[in-house]
Amino acid sequence: MNAKGVIIGIGLLAVTAGGATWALMDRDAGPDIVAARMEPVSFQLPEEAIPAELSDAGAEIVVNNCTACHSLEYVTTQPRGMGEKFWHDEVTKMVKVYGAPVAPGDAEAIAKLLAERFG
Amino acid sequence: MSGIDRRFFVAGAGAALLGAVGKSSGGTLTLPFANGKRPLVTLPGKREMILLTSRPPQLETPFSVFDQGLLTPNDAFFVRYHLSGLPTEIDPRSFRLAIGGHVETPLQLTLDSLRRDFPVSDIVAVNQCSGNSRGFVTPRVAGGQLGNGAMGNARWQGVALKHLLAKAGVRAGAAQVTFNGLDNPPADGVADFVKALDIDHALDGEVMVAFAMNGEELPFLNGYPLRLVVPGHFGTYWVKHLSEITVVDKEFDGYWMKTAYRIPDNDCRCVEPGTKPDKTVPISRFNVRSFLTSHQDGAKVSAGQTTELRGIAFSGGDPIKRVLVSPDNGRNWQEAKLGEDLGRYSFREWKLGLKLASGRHALRIRAETAGGETQPMEPRWQPAGYMRNVVETTNVEAV
Repeated sequence: MNAKGVIIGIGLLAVTAGGATWALMDRDAGPDIVAARMEPVSFQLPEEAIPAELSDAGAEIVVNNCTACHSLEYVTTQPRGMGEKFWHDEVTKMVKVYGAPVAPGDAEAIAKLLAERFG
Repeated sequence: MSGIDRRFFVAGAGAALLGAVGKSSGGTLTLPFANGKRPLVTLPGKREMILLTSRPPQLETPFSVFDQGLLTPNDAFFVRYHLSGLPTEIDPRSFRLAIGGHVETPLQLTLDSLRRDFPVSDIVAVNQCSGNSRGFVTPRVAGGQLGNGAMGNARWQGVALKHLLAKAGVRAGAAQVTFNGLDNPPADGVADFVKALDIDHALDGEVMVAFAMNGEELPFLNGYPLRLVVPGHFGTYWVKHLSEITVVDKEFDGYWMKTAYRIPDNDCRCVEPGTKPDKTVPISRFNVRSFLTSHQDGAKVSAGQTTELRGIAFSGGDPIKRVLVSPDNGRNWQEAKLGEDLGRYSFREWKLGLKLASGRHALRIRAETAGGETQPMEPRWQPAGYMRNVVETTNVEAV
């Protein structure tokens, strides 16, 4: 959209027609206002996948806990080879800072598994 | 808990299930850093984009879009959420924007009232995620591993916040204004996403409650029906599905201001890689950036003939004064020609014709603002990977 362009365009037409004044004076009137639709807008989250790297029975503790709040790309897109502390810190942040509902024993097991799988 | 019944499937085994509300062509794109392979997906209201996460949805703009025009199309504009409790339905007839707190007269505004009872204005402004380009940060840091596509430029339309606050009547002693949207935490105990601006900033006439971008209502994933527009400031302040504006008489200390989105409190906004800053402040304005958009890394050009280079530059509001291009990894620089000026918060186009001799060339692009701010030749580092603005390098081969 280019409201200024539209108004200038009208102005030129008006000049051509010999009745320019009103159109040129209208330039400070502000932009054309985008109307509000009146129908409700709905949204459904996309289906999500369990990444192949976490789809075995051994990774259930990660799937069951982490997906309570977010999809698993949050885990699998992180850089690899960051070391055990990286994963420990991340899981701790989720629990202590964000308040993720994870049992203390589970948190340790999750961090250990992620460190084993993703380095 | 959200109480939403989720159906999971194993990637590869049940891809057909995606059909209902999000489509995947099965295509992928690999961002140029380790572990950078991403699916390409089409979510409602969007063209095919780079998927970072599904829940909450986070999409990155394919970089080629930035070469197709100065305004980023709505269906290609990046998407970033923090919390997975997205609203599932928004009824524009019953929607109200609440303005309250430390004011004389709390307001409940309809979408019609916003358009009818207040001055409506337009502003072209870049929105950029604080963590745009985080995937390139070395040493790597945790967080959304984005390429350079978590930015976009749009013509926003709405009402300047100062008009809304004037109508409500800000009481003496106001310190900040907080902004909350309809998206909610996925679990009890997780902090709701609420951001704050100082009262003077909120009243500066530039901060806007926007209902439209690029001539259409906001797409759902970009904050329908209202979002805050904070020109020159990182996207964390651009609260989506904005429904509550609250004036407060002291500094707001919610998690998303006090703990998250903090940057080193020093001139370079940086620390030694691997260390933590002693003191931090909330992230605020963009630092200056520039990109080559006409050629991708590894592109081949014709040796001895003029190659037309083109790209974009932007800043936190200090106008772009010039863009310099180096054909030889920073030894020599030539000044590019600046294109149309859509305002100091917009992308600014630059162009330069360059003759390159046969061989490989590391092209560097460096922007400078009117106030003399420029981009560093070597990347600076923050623990959270925010504010990357190193002089970009694009390798091309002239043959």
